[in-house]
Amino acid sequence: MEFTLITLLNGLSYGLLLFMLSSGLTLIFSMMGVLNFAHASFYMLGAYFAYAISGKLGFWPALFIAPLLVGVIGAFVERYGLRSVHKYGHIPELLFTFGLSYVMVELVQLIWGRAAVPYPIPPELDGPLFTLFTTTFPMYRGFMMLIAVLMLVSIFLVLTKTRIGLVIQAALTHPEMVEALGHNVPRVFMLVFGGGCALAGLAGVIGGNAFVTEPGMAATVGSIIFVVVVVGGMGSLVGALLASLLIGVLQTFAVALDYSFATLFAGLGGSIGPETFGYPVLKLTISQVAPILPYMLLVLILIFRPRGLMGTREG
Amino acid sequence: MNTITMQTTLTYKPINLGRWIIWGMFALILIIAPMIFNKGASLSILSQIGTVMIFGLSYNMLLGQGGMLSFGHAVYSGLGAFFAIHAMNLASAGSMWMPVTMIPLVGGLAGMFFGILFGYVTTKKSGTTFAMITLGIVELVFACSLMFPEFFGGEGGISTNRVYGEPIFGVTYGPQIQVYYLIAFWLFISTIGMYAFTQTPLGRIINAVRDNPERVEFVGYDTQWARYLTLILSGFFAGISGGLSAINFEIVTAENVSALRSGGVLLFTFIGGVGFFFGPMIGAIIGVFLTVMLSDFTKAWQLYLGVFFIVMVMYAPGGIASLIMLNLRVAKYGKFGRVWPHLWKTCLLALIALVGIVMMIEMLYHLTLESVNGTTMKLFGSMVDTAAPTGWLIAAALLAVGGFGFWQTKKGFSQVWGEVSTEIEEQIRRAGA
Amino acid sequence: MSELSLELKDVRKSFGRAEIIRGASLKVPKGERFAIIGPNGAGKSTLFNLVSGRFPITSGDILLNGESIVGLRPFEINRRGLSRSFQITNIFHRLSVYENLRCAVLWSLGYKYSFWHRLNGLKDAHERAEQVLEQIGLKRRRDTVAGLLTYAEQRALEIGITIAGGADVILLDEPTAGMSRSESDAAVELIRKVTIGKTLLMVEHDMSVVFGLADKIAVVVYGEVIACDTPANIRGNQKVQEAYLGGHAPVAEAGT
Repeated sequence: MEFTLITLLNGLSYGLLLFMLSSGLTLIFSMMGVLNFAHASFYMLGAYFAYAISGKLGFWPALFIAPLLVGVIGAFVERYGLRSVHKYGHIPELLFTFGLSYVMVELVQLIWGRAAVPYPIPPELDGPLFTLFTTTFPMYRGFMMLIAVLMLVSIFLVLTKTRIGLVIQAALTHPEMVEALGHNVPRVFMLVFGGGCALAGLAGVIGGNAFVTEPGMAATVGSIIFVVVVVGGMGSLVGALLASLLIGVLQTFAVALDYSFATLFAGLGGSIGPETFGYPVLKLTISQVAPILPYMLLVLILIFRPRGLMGTREG
Repeated sequence: MNTITMQTTLTYKPINLGRWIIWGMFALILIIAPMIFNKGASLSILSQIGTVMIFGLSYNMLLGQGGMLSFGHAVYSGLGAFFAIHAMNLASAGSMWMPVTMIPLVGGLAGMFFGILFGYVTTKKSGTTFAMITLGIVELVFACSLMFPEFFGGEGGISTNRVYGEPIFGVTYGPQIQVYYLIAFWLFISTIGMYAFTQTPLGRIINAVRDNPERVEFVGYDTQWARYLTLILSGFFAGISGGLSAINFEIVTAENVSALRSGGVLLFTFIGGVGFFFGPMIGAIIGVFLTVMLSDFTKAWQLYLGVFFIVMVMYAPGGIASLIMLNLRVAKYGKFGRVWPHLWKTCLLALIALVGIVMMIEMLYHLTLESVNGTTMKLFGSMVDTAAPTGWLIAAALLAVGGFGFWQTKKGFSQVWGEVSTEIEEQIRRAGA
Repeated sequence: MSELSLELKDVRKSFGRAEIIRGASLKVPKGERFAIIGPNGAGKSTLFNLVSGRFPITSGDILLNGESIVGLRPFEINRRGLSRSFQITNIFHRLSVYENLRCAVLWSLGYKYSFWHRLNGLKDAHERAEQVLEQIGLKRRRDTVAGLLTYAEQRALEIGITIAGGADVILLDEPTAGMSRSESDAAVELIRKVTIGKTLLMVEHDMSVVFGLADKIAVVVYGEVIACDTPANIRGNQKVQEAYLGGHAPVAEAGT
């Protein structure tokens, strides 16, 4: 019981982190039709900036400055890079962000080296939040969830209640019309791209010290957020939320479970040994299979519900 | 009616002759290449280029001809490699008959099988979604490779010995030169095969699908089926390249089915040029050069590769092949003389700026990664102290001079190039009118 | 009573809550040329999209040569003998004019997804493509990349792609849109030539084209077919005059 609860909470916090990442990606895709391959690299950038800033100024300034910096860099990239590729079509845009992800990892390695950097959880947040029976739930995880929920709420409020939010929503589907109405749509695009990257940076700030901050962190999380976006339905924020939570909980549970088909059969009285047909598959524990679960989910969704959980805009 | 058939047979003759010449020259180059590049490691590089050429050409069946951007093509070549290497191990243990010469075919069939399997799921969608799905599939296979060490060999991969069975005409495939000619042979017939594909109904329809998938449906074709079949064929040739890789390196690891390798072939093919059939072949040469040879000279080669790629995407999305063909077109219309003065000046200044940037990057890399060994490094033949300002000042000066000069000459070049291009297009239009 | 090539039975189409086609019924006999006219936004192109399978219908039935084609995908409908052109030119812009036409004939000649036939050796595909090339008057532009043609040439190619497959029922969506007077006249001649013996449905705004080509005119207003009759009768039709002229009808001057 306690295991389920704690794992559920852990899964939710991981899922919310995934959502922080994929929300920016979904927004950028909905708005501009470009799938930002470098999104996970901005996540990494956020973590490294936070590491650098928190080393000098402390965690709390880093929490605000790092995402802003990442957002500015994102806006810069859009203005001087992506925009000139826009005229060639969607595939060159995707390729541009693909190359960018490559280069960003290299630059980060150039500046901070190839090993993981010790980006610590701030002492005020390090410790148990509450204890369920015998397992403690770390305060920092709770903090992560709080930030994620705050972020979710503020995106919702900005998009639906503010004027700029309305313009963004309109430009989501009819950029030319919005431009004809006198809004500076290229500037809106730049804002959204920068904003999406800032969200990724924020996720990096709070995720980098909870997990590990190293050059490979972009690759680890990169493919999963694309799965989230496709499973949730390209262009749907709610879908991204559902898919993030689903994958987060699924993976966290899977990693913790050590059962396999072999143990199942053994429990039912049968005996499974290395000579049994299909033993390599049967002996796999759920925790060993955990890494592929998101991708299996992707394949299943594509076969049975190709437009995703809440798909709106087609790729 | 008779005049029409007579006309058609008459017009085909000149093309046929040109075709024989081109393929003949290709075969000739393949045969004499090792005699020209005969330094120590050249043979292994040529062999690698050969396998990557097949891989890139198979990838371009999807990207250049079908408009399908895939981030997971290494699945087909990698799984082909694994099946090939297991076949080699089985054959050398005597459990089955499979001469080394036929091993690439095993790889091809495996690649084709997985094309049938995965292609069904991936071709359900198109465009960006298709690209994301292919990424998911390659990550799936890569993660699986660590879960089934019996087949994938775990961390160490699967190794083999390519020298087994009875030598035919004294050929054991022990020496690298024999492996090179095996690769050259398969490269030759694969290239013919893939080129022939572009001259078939399916090959032309997939071009139409690339240009306008909606319209294709309205002339009677199911676009998903066309994409699916093309992917299966592409997987076949990718599998052949995987099989050759297994023979060449005698080891296959999880890296062969990784997103990294898939990204690599995408990079090389795009740099080479997706709009022309031979583009991926150029891309393979450049790609192998950059990854194998450049990595010997500098630690920053991945950065250079990435930046080079981005620059191509932004300024020459048609790749090196398109740059060559554009210049050839200008020469064909006799206008190269006007372009040349601007071209060489712009290139020279860009080169100067490039040297400056490279110096700075190299010094920066040295400072952050190698400073434990001291701050001096060998740069372009002379020793430079990376901690001292002299090296940096020189680099900055080069960058400034080159950058500014490039910016100036670029304007003149763009203008002339634009004029020339418009004139050529006018001539083409007038010729048709 | 000649058989019907195409029949629409109380077809309805809603996009969300907006009902665009509100019960359209039409009978098109074999071999006749129909023009579909109506005010902007009436749903003419939408009807074409429904018939050709581009959009699914909400209710009703559509029969092609007596068989229902509701729910079929565009290529399935095309294989049953219906071919359509597009209002916004929809060609294969990186292929040459000749290749565009050749692609359009491949299925009808039965080559399907063959990757074992040598394309240049297919005499029938070659001859048919050359024939259509001649008909649409683009012989001089045979090897030009389609994306580089002039607008009128692209419209001609658009028609060429539509008829190349030899379909019996041809739908042309504003074929002369954006053309000058002389270009329109040439297009009308082309359309007349290539649709001999076929059933033609044509959305048009240019009345001279309509009156020059059509055996019957169907008037679509607000998603319904309010009248379907010979050109002469349509001219005098009360409902049509009201729809176009808002009730004031001195002389419905719809020709010239």
